[in-house]
Amino acid sequence: MNSKATRLALLPLAIIAIGAASGCGEADGGGSGDGKSLTIYSGRDEEYVGPLIETFKKENPGTTVEVRYGDSAELAATIREEGGQTPAGIFFSQDAGALGALQEAKLLRELPSSILDRVPSAFRSAQGDWVGTSGRVRVLGYDSRSLAPSELPKSVFDLTEPRWKGKVGWAPANASFQSFVTAMRLSEGEAKTKQWLEQMKANGTRSYEKNGIIRDAIADGEIEVGLINHYYILEAIKEGEADGDTYPVKLHFFTDGDVGTLINVAGLGIPEASKQQTAAEQFASFLLADPQQQYFAEETGEYPLVKGIAQDPSLPPLSSIKQPQLDLSDLSDLQGTQELLQETGVL
Amino acid sequence: MATHANRLPVAGGFALRGVSPLTLLTAGLVAAVCAVPIVYLFIVILGEPAAAWQAIWRQGTLRLLLRSLALAVAVGFTATLLAVPLAWLTGRSDLPWRRGWTVLSVLPLVIPSYIGAYLFVSAFGPRGELQKLLGVEQLPSIYGFSGAWIVLTLFTFPLVLLPVRAAMRRLDPALEDAAHGMGRSQFEVARTVILPQLTPAIGAGALLVSLYALSDFGAVSILRFESFTQVIYQSYRSSFDRTGAAALAGLLVLVLLLLLTVESRVRRRRSYHRVGPGSARITADVPLGRWRWPAVGFCAAVALISFVLPVGMLIFWSVQSVAGEVDLGQVATAAGNSLLLAGLAAAAAAFAALPVAWLGARAPGRLSRVVDLLTTSGYALPGIVVALAMVFVGIRLVPVLYQSLPMTVLAMVIVCLPLAITATRSAVVQIPPRLEEAARGSGRSPLAVMATVGIPLTRGGMLAGAALVFVAAIKELPVVVLLSPIGFDTLPLVIWQQSSRSFFESGAIPALVLLVVTAPGIWLLVGRQR
Repeated sequence: MNSKATRLALLPLAIIAIGAASGCGEADGGGSGDGKSLTIYSGRDEEYVGPLIETFKKENPGTTVEVRYGDSAELAATIREEGGQTPAGIFFSQDAGALGALQEAKLLRELPSSILDRVPSAFRSAQGDWVGTSGRVRVLGYDSRSLAPSELPKSVFDLTEPRWKGKVGWAPANASFQSFVTAMRLSEGEAKTKQWLEQMKANGTRSYEKNGIIRDAIADGEIEVGLINHYYILEAIKEGEADGDTYPVKLHFFTDGDVGTLINVAGLGIPEASKQQTAAEQFASFLLADPQQQYFAEETGEYPLVKGIAQDPSLPPLSSIKQPQLDLSDLSDLQGTQELLQETGVL
Repeated sequence: MATHANRLPVAGGFALRGVSPLTLLTAGLVAAVCAVPIVYLFIVILGEPAAAWQAIWRQGTLRLLLRSLALAVAVGFTATLLAVPLAWLTGRSDLPWRRGWTVLSVLPLVIPSYIGAYLFVSAFGPRGELQKLLGVEQLPSIYGFSGAWIVLTLFTFPLVLLPVRAAMRRLDPALEDAAHGMGRSQFEVARTVILPQLTPAIGAGALLVSLYALSDFGAVSILRFESFTQVIYQSYRSSFDRTGAAALAGLLVLVLLLLLTVESRVRRRRSYHRVGPGSARITADVPLGRWRWPAVGFCAAVALISFVLPVGMLIFWSVQSVAGEVDLGQVATAAGNSLLLAGLAAAAAAFAALPVAWLGARAPGRLSRVVDLLTTSGYALPGIVVALAMVFVGIRLVPVLYQSLPMTVLAMVIVCLPLAITATRSAVVQIPPRLEEAARGSGRSPLAVMATVGIPLTRGGMLAGAALVFVAAIKELPVVVLLSPIGFDTLPLVIWQQSSRSFFESGAIPALVLLVVTAPGIWLLVGRQR
C-alpha cells in the first residue's frame, strides 16, 4: 500500500528526470568560451540560411554552431526578456525593424568597422549596432502581356488614378508591405499616407494574403499590377513555372527616390550580453564575404549589399535604385502603421 | 437513492475540512508554478507603470476588450448548442451507428484551429474552392467576427461535448424514474431533474471553449478578426512594446477572473454523488422513433463540416504536394518529438491537476478560487505571453534548465492544465466524501489515501484529462518556438516553417501527420466511454 503510494509520488519525479536527462545535453553549450560555440537566433528561414550555416561549419570546424529558428520579432522579444543572460551569440533578422528595436533597447553591441564598412551606410545602423546582409526592393509587378513599360506609373502615388481602378493588388497583412507603409509615413507624413491608403481602397485595390499570391494573380490575368518584393518573380522563374523571357510578370521600379521602391534589408546584430563575440564576428564577416554575398544573389534572389558582387542580370544594379531618405532602424515603428491600416479599413 | 442537494461547507480562510494538508500543499505548489505568467506581467507592468497606463488608456481598448469578450461568449454559447444535442444523441439515445458518431463528434479536436481557419478561408473565402465551384464573382465575406465565431465553434465544441456526455451517462436513472413516477412530463423531467445535473459539465466545458476563443491567435489572425489577443501579439511583434503588451494581458487576466466567477457560481454549492447504498444502474437508451434519421442527418452534417471536409482538403493538398520538397525524414523526427513532448506534458498535467481538482471539489471557497485563477491563467493568456514569461523567469531562476525539454514540458503544462483539472474535478465530485473519511479514519497517511482511494476512483477523469492535454499540447506552437531545445522540431513548427516559406498547401503533409499522431489521445478520450 505504502509502496504504491511511494511509487505514485515518484512518477512525476521520474518524468522530470527523464525530461532532464534528454534535454540537458542541449541546454548548455551556449555559454562557454569564445570561438568554441555559436548560438544563432535566426528570423530567417532554414531553407535559405541552412546551406550558409553548413558552409560556415565546414570553414570553422572548431566551432559548434546551433541555430534557433523563429519569427524575427518574437526572437527579438526573447532576447529582450533574456537580458544579460541570453544564450544568443548573434541575431540574424529578416528585417531591419527588429534590429532597430533591439538597438533602441540598448541590447546590441557596436560592431567593428571592418564589418560595418563592407556595406553602404544606408544599409546599416547609423550607430553601428547592426549591419544589413542582403536587400530586397519593393517593386510593382506588372503583366507584360497587357502593359508596355511606358504605360507604368512613375510613382506609387499614381496608382490611385482611375486608370488603375480594380487593377492593383496588395497584401495589407504582409510584413514587407507594412514596412513600406511605415517608410511612407516616415518620409511623406501621416496625412499623405492616410490619403493614399483611402484613395487606393476607393480605387478598388484588391487585397491578397501574400506577395506570391499577388504574383500568381497577375500571371493569371486577374489583376494588371501588384505591390510586391522583387525576388518573387525570380522565385517563380526558378521554380520552373516559366523561363525568364516568357514569364508574363515583370518588374517595374518606381522612379528614383519614390517611397514605392523602399529597399529593406535582412541583417544581423550581436547582443550586448553575447558571450560568443569572436565567433559571432566571424559569422558576420563570413556572411559579408564575397562568396556568401554571391549566394544571396544566386540562391535567394536578393540583392547583395557588398559592392562589386554580380547580381542577377535581369535586375537593375542596386546603386541605380535610390533609397528614399530614411533610417531603416526607424522601421521598428510599426504600431502606427497597423493602426492606420485598420483606421482606413484596409486591414 | 437520491442525490442530496444540501450545501457543502464553504471554506473560508484555512478552515478547510475535506482536504488533507498534503492536498493543500501540493495544490498550492502547482498554483505557485502556474503563477509564473501573472508574476511576470506584474514585474513588467510595475517596471514602467506610466507606459502601461498609456497602453490601456489608448482609444479603443475597451471596445476591443468587449469585442473579444463577445466572441468568447458567442463561441461558448454556440459550442454548447452544438454539443448538448450531440452528447445526448451519442450518449443516451438509440442512434444508429452510435459508436461511429461518438468518435466522429470528438475528432474535430485534433484539427488545430489555425489549420481549420486556413481551410475555411480556402474553401469559402475569396478565390476559394466554393467560389470556383459556383463560378460566382464574389461571396459574402467570411472574414471578421462571423468567420472567427464559426471556425472556433467548429473546432472546440468537443470540449463541451465530452464532459456533458460523461455527465449524461452517469445520471442516476432512479432520479428520472422518481420524477416520472410523480407524474411529471418528459419536458419537466428534463428541465427540473436532468438539466440541473448537467449544468456543471456545461459550465466547465463552455468556460474552456470561451477561454480558448479569448486566447486564440492563429485562427483570428487568419480570419482577420481584430481581437484582444491579436493586439497583444502585434504589440510584441510589430511595435516591440513589451510593457504595452503586458498591460493588455493584465486586462485579460481580469476578464478571466470575471468568467471564472460566473462559472463557479454555476458549479458551486451542489453535490452530485449518490448518497443511497449501492451503485447507480446503467442508464437505458431512449428510443428515437421517427426522429432516428433526422438525428443521423444532424450528426452527419456536423461531422462533415467539422472533420470530414477539412481532412479531405488536407488529403487533397497532400497528394498534390507529394512530389514537392517535403522532407519526410524531418516530418518523422518532428512527429516523434511532438509525441514525446505532448506525452510528457499529459502525464505531468494529470498529476498536477489532481490536488487542484480535489481542492476545488471538496473545499470550494475563496482559496480554491485563487488557485483556480492561477492555474487557469496560462490557458487563457496568449501563448506568446506564457512563452516570454517562462523565458524571463526561467533564465533567471533555473538557467540550467533554460531551453531544455523539462522547461518546455513545464510551460506546456501551464498552458494546458485547466483541461486536466476540469476532467479530474468532475470525477472527484462523484466520490462520496465519506469514502476518504473512512480511509483516513483507518489510520492511513494522506498520501496512502490518495493512492488507494483518490487516484483509483478518479482514474477515469485523470485519463480523460491527460488525453485532453495531450491533444492540446501536440498542437501548441509559440511555447515550442521559444523554449524548446535547439533543433527540437515539432510538427506545428514544421507546418509553420513550410507554410510561411511558400504556401500553406506545402504544410499539408505535416498537418496530416499531426492529425494521425493525435489519434491515440482521441482513443483515450472515447475508447473508454462505452
